[in-house]
Amino acid sequence: MSTLPMSTGTKSGTIVKSAVAGFVFFGTAFAVTGHASAEEVIVGLVTKTEVNPFFVKMRQAAEAEAKAKGVKLIARAGKFDGDNEGQVTAIEDLISAGAKGILVTPNNSTGMLGVIKKARDAGVLVIALDTATDPADAVDATFATDNFEAGVQQGAYARKALGDKKPVLAMLDGTPGGTVDTFRHNGYLKGFGLAEGDPAIAGSAITNGAQDKGQVGMENLLSKNGEINAVYTINEPAAAGGYAALKSFGKEADVMLTSIDGGCAGVRDVKAGKIAATVMQFPYKMAAMGVDAIVDYAASGKKPSGFVNTGSFLITDKPVEGIDSKDTEWGLKNCWGD
Amino acid sequence: MNSASALSFGRTSRIAAKFVGTPSVGPLLVLLAFGVIFSLTNPRFLATQNLSIILQQTVIIGTLAIGQTLIILTAGIDLAVGAICVLGTILAGKLANSGYDPVAAMVLAVLACSAAGVAAGSLISGLRLPPFIVTLGILGIITAALRLISAGGAFSVTDEFLGWTGNTVRLNGFIVTYGVIIMLLLYGMVWFLLNQTQWGRHVYAVGNNPEAARLVGIPVGRLLLSVYVLAAFIYGIAAWLALGRIPNADPNALQTANLDSITAVVIGGTSLFGGRGGLIGTLIGALIVGVLRNGLTLAGIDPLWQDLITGILVIVAVALDQLTRGRR
Amino acid sequence: MAPVEPRVQAATTPGGVILEARNLVKHYGHVTALDGVDFELRSGEILAVVGDNGAGKSSLIKALTGAIVPDSGDILLDGQPIHFKGPLDARKLGIETVYQDLAVAAALDIASNLFLGRERRRPGFLGDVLRMLDKKGMRAEAERSMAELKFHLPSIGSAVESLSGGQRQGVAVARAALFAKKLAIMDEPTAALGVRETGQVLDLIRAIRQRGLPVVLISHNMPNVFEIADRIHIMRLGRRAAVVSPKTHTMADVVAIMTGAAKFEEAASPQAG
Repeated sequence: MSTLPMSTGTKSGTIVKSAVAGFVFFGTAFAVTGHASAEEVIVGLVTKTEVNPFFVKMRQAAEAEAKAKGVKLIARAGKFDGDNEGQVTAIEDLISAGAKGILVTPNNSTGMLGVIKKARDAGVLVIALDTATDPADAVDATFATDNFEAGVQQGAYARKALGDKKPVLAMLDGTPGGTVDTFRHNGYLKGFGLAEGDPAIAGSAITNGAQDKGQVGMENLLSKNGEINAVYTINEPAAAGGYAALKSFGKEADVMLTSIDGGCAGVRDVKAGKIAATVMQFPYKMAAMGVDAIVDYAASGKKPSGFVNTGSFLITDKPVEGIDSKDTEWGLKNCWGD
Repeated sequence: MNSASALSFGRTSRIAAKFVGTPSVGPLLVLLAFGVIFSLTNPRFLATQNLSIILQQTVIIGTLAIGQTLIILTAGIDLAVGAICVLGTILAGKLANSGYDPVAAMVLAVLACSAAGVAAGSLISGLRLPPFIVTLGILGIITAALRLISAGGAFSVTDEFLGWTGNTVRLNGFIVTYGVIIMLLLYGMVWFLLNQTQWGRHVYAVGNNPEAARLVGIPVGRLLLSVYVLAAFIYGIAAWLALGRIPNADPNALQTANLDSITAVVIGGTSLFGGRGGLIGTLIGALIVGVLRNGLTLAGIDPLWQDLITGILVIVAVALDQLTRGRR
Repeated sequence: MAPVEPRVQAATTPGGVILEARNLVKHYGHVTALDGVDFELRSGEILAVVGDNGAGKSSLIKALTGAIVPDSGDILLDGQPIHFKGPLDARKLGIETVYQDLAVAAALDIASNLFLGRERRRPGFLGDVLRMLDKKGMRAEAERSMAELKFHLPSIGSAVESLSGGQRQGVAVARAALFAKKLAIMDEPTAALGVRETGQVLDLIRAIRQRGLPVVLISHNMPNVFEIADRIHIMRLGRRAAVVSPKTHTMADVVAIMTGAAKFEEAASPQAG
């Protein structure tokens, strides 16, 4: 009868071998990337996800600006929309890493409050990008599109472009309760000149800002009311879905479809006449201004404060009188997501 | 070979055998290796405050992974772990925010989570449905229910008791949250159940060879049910710990918790085929993931590396398991 | 070696009948699996049960271990009629079964497998309230029982999967020996094993008999049966065709009775052998 099995020896060998392989692997990885020196100014960037082109643009701009200013950028992100835990973890890690300032696009306006306070208590400058926190003064400053104002721009254009027609409005909302969603929605109504609950609002649908849900939502709304002649959309993917539905109902020419974002795909849809107009926002401006503010703070100790509007522009090839706009040629030069 | 060297060789191999016989040694070596590398790259890594933060960051997935370990030991899998935990946070938050006593709210939430475990366990043990499908179904049902309950939106939960697990306490200069302590206590308790009681023996036996377990008279169905209920109960406790970490209930949270907890279990050396592995490995596995993410950030390396390295570790762990099992 | 304890009650009445079955009948639809079969196991013996496929061997064993309930007929243990509702009833009465397909949890150690499903708890608070296992006690008991059976294994704490096939089956056999108060039934225990490993298991079965525990051995392997059995119960067409002694009959005789090529009028009585 055999005693201890042979496999024991072999197994320990395998473990040792894999441990050695691990050391070599990581040793190489670190040699290639190098590491942050103690003197370097570290700027942290925590975005919602790494897949959304809006945040990709933000990250690229931050990287470029950090390089230009000679500081080190460490970028982190949540894994999915709603990954509060991932963002909290990222901020904690950045505090540990000794970041001078952190730029964050909070997934949720209240989810980060505790960790943001921790960061500020540790002397880290915290700037919210794109999405404000609630309360807004939980961070040092907010660099973002004024989403209410952007909504007003969209609504005002739609109303004016509709001319004398009696409006029948459909609203393709994002995620109910979201800060940005609420601002854009209410802004549109203000610009359009309607109050919430006005009978001219034929209905609304939840799209989560996704094209497929935008299409289904629009189809259902058109089935409900064939008279719809104006459509608010939370963003351009939702608008693209809405357009597909309008087209299948043969109504794409009669409906004033507008949107917000300024993604390159969206601007191309404006150029192609699918969307009448979109309101462009500027993620790269938010990121670059954020990096600059942190560099400034590192050098002089001066902190920015309050809400800084990074601006929004109406993009359309069918301008209407009394409303400022740029054409799609300018839009394609300044859009994000390509 | 003279007798002296033969003797010493025998001793070394005996020590080596004992080491290898303990399944969490491989993961522990990996964890130590990362610790050494990261402390060399950035001295801040070893600061007690940073180590304490890594522990705090491990609380949610680390606690969920306890339940996941139990289920994987029975050769099952739980895809609904994150959803059940979020169910706990939303229910506790909703009830407390609408004026319920927060303790009662949390107890009810934990009971609701346990009920999800009863549902999963009954379908798996009673109807013999595959755990993968049952928990996938429960994931879908709970996700939909959560959207309905919370009307799609996240809301903040500011109740003091529900957030209590996030409070810190100083232990010998080391700052930890009550959440960390509760997680470690849960590890200790479930370790005891698994390693010192008949129930634990039977968990291993059922996962290793359900037919043999049945033949020796182990009530396999009842045992599986108890495993799914205990796991879901732990997910409920994890909900309390999650509210301590983030005072916010979000129906969209923890979407990747199922895969993250499975990752911790697998890196910790527990076999996906059931019956092999243990809880200490899982704790180490969860810490490896946390250390990796934290260390890479401190080193200023793109966190994409974290996914890549974690992916490699998972494959290596499963391959090692497959090879050692195949030889037997 | 530790002294052999008189753990088996039947050993005190040598030659007495331990387990008896009378006129068992079992139908599955139109198929008659057992057609009035009789069975008799005496104390301290190894009784082999042989028969062609479909002769009713496994139905007989299932009836004796409580896995099936016969349509009619009586089963008596120590002369008392008994009615099994399931395999657990048979186990509770001291009847242990070893299956051919290695019913062990390979990842668990030897001691754990021996006590699987019948773990012992520590005395007092630790066991009653905390439900703690008496690992030391079980290990010691396992070691003692292995020594008694002269069954040598590397270490009682090593995983069963580190053992050879014969050793693994040995663990299953030893488990039956440890818990069988009345008798052990071995259902093709060597079917999956090589020659040398078969030898190990047969040695173990002999050691069990040595301790006074009667064994029912179901086997296809005639040489094994002739090597180890005291009597051979031959099944044919759902009935007992004969009970013979390996000392008075050859393998050819047994095969002839099994296949119906020969009739042993004198062997049909249970007094044979």
